[in-house]
Amino acid sequence: MGERILEVRNLCTSFFTHEGEVKAVNDVSFHIDEQEIVAFVGESGCGKTVTQLSLLQIVPAPPGKITGGEVFFKGRDLLQHKPNSPEMRSVRGAGIAMIFQEPMTSLNPVFTVGHQLTDIIMLHRKVGHKEAWEMGIEALRSVEIPEPEVRMRNYPFELSGGMRQRVMIAMAVYCNPDIIIADEPTTALDVTTQAQVLELLVSLVKQHRKSLIIVTHNLGVVTRYVDRIYVMYAGRIIESGSTEEIMTKPRHPYTIGLLNSVPKIEKERSEKLIPIKGAPPWLIDMDPRCTFLPRCSYACEVCETKEFPKLRRLGESDHFIACHRDIAGSITGSTTGRLDSAGRHDLGGEAHG
Amino acid sequence: MVHDAAVAKHNRLSKRHSGLREKCHTFFKRGILTKISSALVIIFILIAIFCPYLTPYTPYEQSLRNKLKPWSKEHWLGTDNLGRDVLTRVLYGARISIVTGVLSSLWAAVVGAALGLTAGYSRGFLGSFLMRLTDAHLSIPPLILVMVLAPIFGRTILGISIVIGISAIPSYVRMVYGQVLSLRENDYVTAASVIGQSNFKILLKHLLPNCIPVVIVMFTSNVSTAITIEANLAYIGIGIRPPTPAWGVMISEGYNYLVSYPHLAIAPGIMLMLLIISLNVVGDGIRDVIDPRLRGKL
Amino acid sequence: MAETVRENPLLKVEQLKMYFPLTKGLLSKTYSWVKAVDGISFEIYPNETFGLVGESGCGKSTTGKCAIRVLQPTEGRVVYKGRDIAGLSKSMLKPYRRELQLIFQDPYGSLNPRQSVFSILKEAVVLDRERHTAVEANERVDELLTLVGLDPDMKSRYPHEMSGGQRQRLGIARALACNPKLVVCDEPVSALDVSIQAQIVNLFRELQAKLGLTYLFIAHDLAVVRHMADRIAIMYLGKIVEVIDSDHIFREALHPYTVALLSALPTTDYYQERKRSRIILEGEVPSPVNKPAGCAFHPRCKYATETCRQVSPGLRNVGRNHCVACHNVAV
Ligand SMILES: Nc1ncnc2c1ncn2[C@@H]1O[C@H](COP(=O)(O)OP(=O)(O)OP(=O)(O)O)[C@@H](O)[C@H]1O
Ligand SMILES: Nc1ncnc2c1ncn2[C@@H]1O[C@H](COP(=O)(O)OP(=O)(O)OP(=O)(O)O)[C@@H](O)[C@H]1O
Ligand SMILES: [Mg+2]
Ligand SMILES: [Mg+2]
Repeated sequence: MGERILEVRNLCTSFFTHEGEVKAVNDVSFHIDEQEIVAFVGESGCGKTVTQLSLLQIVPAPPGKITGGEVFFKGRDLLQHKPNSPEMRSVRGAGIAMIFQEPMTSLNPVFTVGHQLTDIIMLHRKVGHKEAWEMGIEALRSVEIPEPEVRMRNYPFELSGGMRQRVMIAMAVYCNPDIIIADEPTTALDVTTQAQVLELLVSLVKQHRKSLIIVTHNLGVVTRYVDRIYVMYAGRIIESGSTEEIMTKPRHPYTIGLLNSVPKIEKERSEKLIPIKGAPPWLIDMDPRCTFLPRCSYACEVCETKEFPKLRRLGESDHFIACHRDIAGSITGSTTGRLDSAGRHDLGGEAHG
Repeated sequence: MVHDAAVAKHNRLSKRHSGLREKCHTFFKRGILTKISSALVIIFILIAIFCPYLTPYTPYEQSLRNKLKPWSKEHWLGTDNLGRDVLTRVLYGARISIVTGVLSSLWAAVVGAALGLTAGYSRGFLGSFLMRLTDAHLSIPPLILVMVLAPIFGRTILGISIVIGISAIPSYVRMVYGQVLSLRENDYVTAASVIGQSNFKILLKHLLPNCIPVVIVMFTSNVSTAITIEANLAYIGIGIRPPTPAWGVMISEGYNYLVSYPHLAIAPGIMLMLLIISLNVVGDGIRDVIDPRLRGKL
Repeated sequence: MAETVRENPLLKVEQLKMYFPLTKGLLSKTYSWVKAVDGISFEIYPNETFGLVGESGCGKSTTGKCAIRVLQPTEGRVVYKGRDIAGLSKSMLKPYRRELQLIFQDPYGSLNPRQSVFSILKEAVVLDRERHTAVEANERVDELLTLVGLDPDMKSRYPHEMSGGQRQRLGIARALACNPKLVVCDEPVSALDVSIQAQIVNLFRELQAKLGLTYLFIAHDLAVVRHMADRIAIMYLGKIVEVIDSDHIFREALHPYTVALLSALPTTDYYQERKRSRIILEGEVPSPVNKPAGCAFHPRCKYATETCRQVSPGLRNVGRNHCVACHNVAV
C-alpha cells in the first residue's frame, strides 16, 4: 500500500433537533492509504453516511454541525476551511468524489445524462463542450453501458437503477479524484445487478489506482473486495481491522452478532439463526456506558459500571476493538456456532423496546 | 421495487410524526408575519364573538340628527349617512364575514369530502359520474355561479353561505378524490380488506381519517376565499341585504361619500383586507405544518 | 423415480396469468400489457414453506397476491382446499378470506399511522365469525402480542413510536388474528436491518411450528429463502424457471439463471468468498411489456441456442421434486 492519503481524528458530528442533540458521529478516527479499499459497515442509522458527508463538509446544516475533530487529506486539515470555501469546493469531486445511496435523487431529473456528465467533466477537466461530450460517451462506455451515444440523450428516469448507478460511477471516476466514497452503491439494486456494479466499480478503481471507501450494511457483499473494515455502531467505530481478521476472528460482540444473524449457505437449514436481541439505541442522551450494553450477551460488571470503552489494539495486529472484555478466550472454532451458550435468544428480543 | 436502504432511511427520518407541540413550533418558526397574522385572526374572532359588549350602540340604531359626523368621543369613527355608529358596524361586520366564511367552507367541506370519498372508493360508474359532474361544475367560474344562485337561496347570511358553499364543493371533491386514490394504494388498506373488513368500514376507518389533514388545509384556505366572495356579492348588491352591517354593504354605501367622508368605505375596506391577508398567511402556515407537499396544489 | 407420496396440496395454482393494461388517451385505450405473471403453476402442501425468489419486477408480489386473491388473476386457476377461488366474487370468497393472509415488505406502509396497536389488532380480532365480547377481544389482543414477542403494554402505542422490527411483528400479529391457514410473506425481512432480520426469520419458523402455518415466502435474498423454505421456485420475468428442494439447491441447481443467482450470493465466509469465482450476468432484465421471444432468459444466457430464441421452454420434471424450464437440460 502507498502513502496515507486521508486521516480522520476524533470526528464528531451532531444534529441539533427538537428532541435534543443527535450524536450521529461520535469521536470517529480512521484512515485510508493510497490504492486501498476499505469498508464501513453498520446498521441503518449508525452514522455511516454522516461520517462520509462530514469529510466533505456537506452535512445538511442546520440542523447538522461538525462539532470537532480533524480531517487530514494529503496532509492538510480540511476542517480548517469553511464549507463553501474554494479549497473545500476543489476537494469535492476532484479530491474526494462521492457516489450516493439513492441514484434517483443524486441525478437531476430534469437534465439529460449527457448534460450532467459534460457539466462535471467541463468543471474538472477544463475542456470545451464538444470534447467533454466525447469524453462523456467514453465514460459511459467505460462503465459498460450499451449504446452510450443514445444514453447520453436519455433522462435519468429512462434508465434502470443499475444503469443510473453506473452513470454515477462514471461521473465520480471521471473527476479523477484520489478517493471515491461509495455510499451503499448497490443496496437499491438486485443481487445480480449488485454484483455487476460492484465488480465494475472495484475494477475501475483498481485500474485508475484510486482509493475507495465502500459504505454498506451487508458485510457479505464487500468481503471479497475490501482490504480493511470499520464496524460502526451508534455513531462510533467499535471494531476495525483487516478483512481477514474481522471476518474470521471478530472480537466485538456486535460484529460477532452481525455475522451470526445472516443465514449461512454452507450450514444446515434446520439450525436457528442467532439474532442480536433488542434494537439499536437512540442517538439522543446516550448512556455514557457502552452503547451495545443492553444488547450484549457478554456484558459483565465492568461494562455495567465503566464508561464507553476506548478503541484498543489487540496485540501487535492492526485489529482494534472498543470492548471492555476480551472475549477471545470464549471463542473457539469457526465464525459460526459460537454463541451457543450465551447468545441464543428466543422470541421477544425486541419487546422491551 | 426493492429499495431496502431507501425505505429504511425514509423510515428513520420520518420516524417521529411530530406532535402538536412540535407542529406549533414549526408554525411559529415561519417568521414574524405568521405571528402577527395569527394574532390578528384571533383578535378578529374575539371581536366577532364579543362585539355586542364592545360598543354601547347597535349597528342598526339610526339617528338622523347625527348623520355623517366626523370622529368624536362618542363615535370613534364617526357616523354614516343614517347616523349609525361606523365603528359598531365595522365590528359587527367581522362577525358576519367570519360566520359566512366558516359556515360556507364548513358545509362545502363536509359535502365535498363525502362526495370525494364516495367517488374515490367506488371506482365504477358512480365514481366517474361524480367526477364528470365535478369537472363540469369546476368549469363554471364561481362568482358567476354564485350570482345566479344567490337570489334563489335568499340574501340572508344562511342563504349566502349555502350559495358560496356550493361553489366551493368541487374543489374539495377533487382534492379528496385524489387523496383517496393514492391512499387506497397503501398496504394498510390492502391489509384491512385481507382481514375481511367491509368496504364501508375501510372507507370510514382507514381512508377518511387520513384525508382529514388535506381537508383542514383546504378549509383554511377556503375561508378567506369565501369571505372575499361574500364581500364582492354584498358590494355589487346581490349579497346580504343592506341594513345588515356586512363590510361589502358598508363599502358600497360609503362609496357614494368617498370624497367627503372617505372613512365610511375605507374602515371596512381595511378590516376586510387585514382579515383576508392574515387568514391567508395563517392558512399557508397550517398547510406547511400539516403537509408541505400540498404547497402549490392549493 | 422415488417421489415421496404427498398429501393433497393446500393451494394449487395452475397456469396463472396476470396482465396489467397500459392505457393512454382520454378513453383509456389499452395499447399494451404488462405481463407481470405469465402462466405459472405450483403447489403448496400443508405445513410447508414454499419459497419464491427472483429479481425486482419479475412478478413475485403479483403471484403472491393472486394466490390469495388480493388480486383477481387474468387467467388460470387457484385451487384452495379443492375449490377454484380465482373467479369468486368478494361475497363468495368470504369463507376463505381470513384463512389466506398477507404480510408486507414495508413495515411502515402496512400499518395505518392513525391507529393504535390495540385498535389495529382489535379490528382484525372482532371480525371473527364467533363474535367476541370486549373482554375476550382484549384478551385475544394480549395473547397475539405475546405470541409475536411484543409486550402487551405496547397496546396504546402508535406505529411511528415503534422500531421497524416491532412494526413487522405487529403486522404478523394482525395476520395471525385471523387464524390463517396460508400466509403469503412478501419480502417480510428485506426492509429490516440485518440484526433484526434474524429475529423475524426465527419468529416465522417458531410460529409455523406452533400454529401449523403454511407459508408462501417471497424474497429476493436467496440465502434467507433457502433458510426458510422447504422448496424454492426461482422466477424470471413472470415465469418460474426452476423449482427445487432447498436442501439441494447448492449442489443440484440446473437452470443457468439459478446458477448465476447462487454465484452472486454474498457469503460471510472469508476464505470461500475470496477464492470463489462469480458469474456476472451480462445486460439487464428485459421489460415485462415486450418480452423476448422464446426463453425470456436467452439474451443473458451464454448457453442460448437457436431453439432458446424461438421456443419458450416448459417446466419439466428432472426428478426428486426438481423441475427446470430449460432446453439445454437433459432429463
Ligand atoms: N438531517 C438530519 N436531521 C436529523 N438527524 C439526522 C439527519 N440526517 C441524519 N440524521 C441522524 O443521524 C444518524 C446517522 O444517520 P446516517 O444517515 O449516517 O445513517 P447511516 O448509517 O448512513 O444509515 P443508512 O444505512 O440508513 O444509510 C441517524 O440516527 C439519523 O437519524
Ligand atoms: N397495479 C399494477 N399496474 C400495472 N403494472 C403493475 C401493477 N402491479 C405490478 N405491476 C408491474 O408488474 C411487474 C411485476 O410486479 P411485482 O410487484 O409483482 O414484482 P416483484 O417481483 O414483486 O418486484 P419487487 O421485488 O420489486 O417487489 C412489474 O413490472 C410492475 O411494474
Ligand atoms: Mg446511509
Ligand atoms: Mg414485490
